[in-house]
Amino acid sequence: MAGDPLAAAGTPGRLMRIVGSDLACVRGGRQVFRDVNFALGAAEALAVTGPNGAGKSSLLRLAAGLLRPAQGRLALEGGDTELSIGEQAHYLGHQDALKPSLSVAENLRFWGRFLGSTVPTGAGKDGAALAAVGLEALVHLPAGYLSAGQRRRLSLARLLAAPRPIWLLDEPTAALDAAAQRMLAELMRAHLAAGGLILAATHGPLGLEKAAELQLGASR
Amino acid sequence: MSALTALLVRDMRLAVRVGGGALIGVLFFLIVVTLVPFAIGPDLALLARIGPAILWLGALLASLLALDRLIAMDHEDGSLDLILTARTPLELTLAAKALAHWITTGLPLVIAAPLLGLLLNLDPGATGAVALTLFFGTPALTFIGLIGAGLTVALRRGGLLLAVLVLPLTVPVLIFGVAASNAAIVGPVPFGTPFTILCALTLVSIVVGPFAAAVALRQGLD
Repeated sequence: MAGDPLAAAGTPGRLMRIVGSDLACVRGGRQVFRDVNFALGAAEALAVTGPNGAGKSSLLRLAAGLLRPAQGRLALEGGDTELSIGEQAHYLGHQDALKPSLSVAENLRFWGRFLGSTVPTGAGKDGAALAAVGLEALVHLPAGYLSAGQRRRLSLARLLAAPRPIWLLDEPTAALDAAAQRMLAELMRAHLAAGGLILAATHGPLGLEKAAELQLGASR
Repeated sequence: MSALTALLVRDMRLAVRVGGGALIGVLFFLIVVTLVPFAIGPDLALLARIGPAILWLGALLASLLALDRLIAMDHEDGSLDLILTARTPLELTLAAKALAHWITTGLPLVIAAPLLGLLLNLDPGATGAVALTLFFGTPALTFIGLIGAGLTVALRRGGLLLAVLVLPLTVPVLIFGVAASNAAIVGPVPFGTPFTILCALTLVSIVVGPFAAAVALRQGLD
């Protein structure tokens, strides 16, 4: 994690701002949420909380561009206007996007190259990302043999292998042990310090001191 | 380009690793073609006459086998979410995936065809003609199948539906593939006429397939 990941990506993340206004989401004919407003600026984190079914994951998928809002709009101010939010974001979903038959290093190298096409990634960079999540000893192990927590760590390493200003994290602490949760908090702090944006759906504490909270309504 | 190369390399690697489908297609092709002489009996002249059609049918069915894995695997493990939000245009990504799929499942069929031609009493010239038409025709099967894979990606066990959707669309490829092989063997049509149409079908499907599959995937977003 040497240096400023955003400067490396050549993205003016410091001026970036995501504004969601009057957002509504409908899935399977059911209204998940409506009238959701939020604003997220550079170096800020927003924790999306709420009971099961309140639409935390849906809000993140809206932000990533994987769902379309039924109402309202999601605007990106500043940053690279040529690219959508999703194209400047890392989306960490429930699924780990790992191939069990590829090794830890192969999985990471692929996502590094596929997502971060503007940045040349080398073995050193992947090594640093793996070391940051504590998986450097398992480089050659097929990902199919990893535990749930280790798989989660490997997906987190993806965030470091290809620098992107926006992190969309869906339950990032799921399956992580206490030490790994502290490690994740450290990574998020470093990302914020470099001017990044974090939108995280969570049940537990994120471990960030100054994260704003967006409470989504109860399940209908 | 680096993103697409990475995807191409990854998909080819996955196909040859444990659980990949690279060899299944060839084995299926082998079995289908081997069964035909048993069913038809030892009539060598008949076998030689229907040989090109049998090889083409076998290749068509074999190339269907792994198609349902083409996009569904990435959908199941969440990779598709990242591919959809990536900066690389989805059409190019899908084209790269289809290319990797053809190299690992279509190309082995072309290579195996001359060997299987022996079982059907095809002479070297006929075998060569079939292999040539398969080489230029199987990409069309993959890229047409890509559309079906995009449409059925969210369905559990969509493989059968995919076959039903894709097979009718492959009829022209089958007709002109077999016609070109037969033209080379017995005539009277010159080889070039059906072969050129076969190549045109392949080119059209290479262009249309990725766009149609991308539209199908974007529509299916949920």
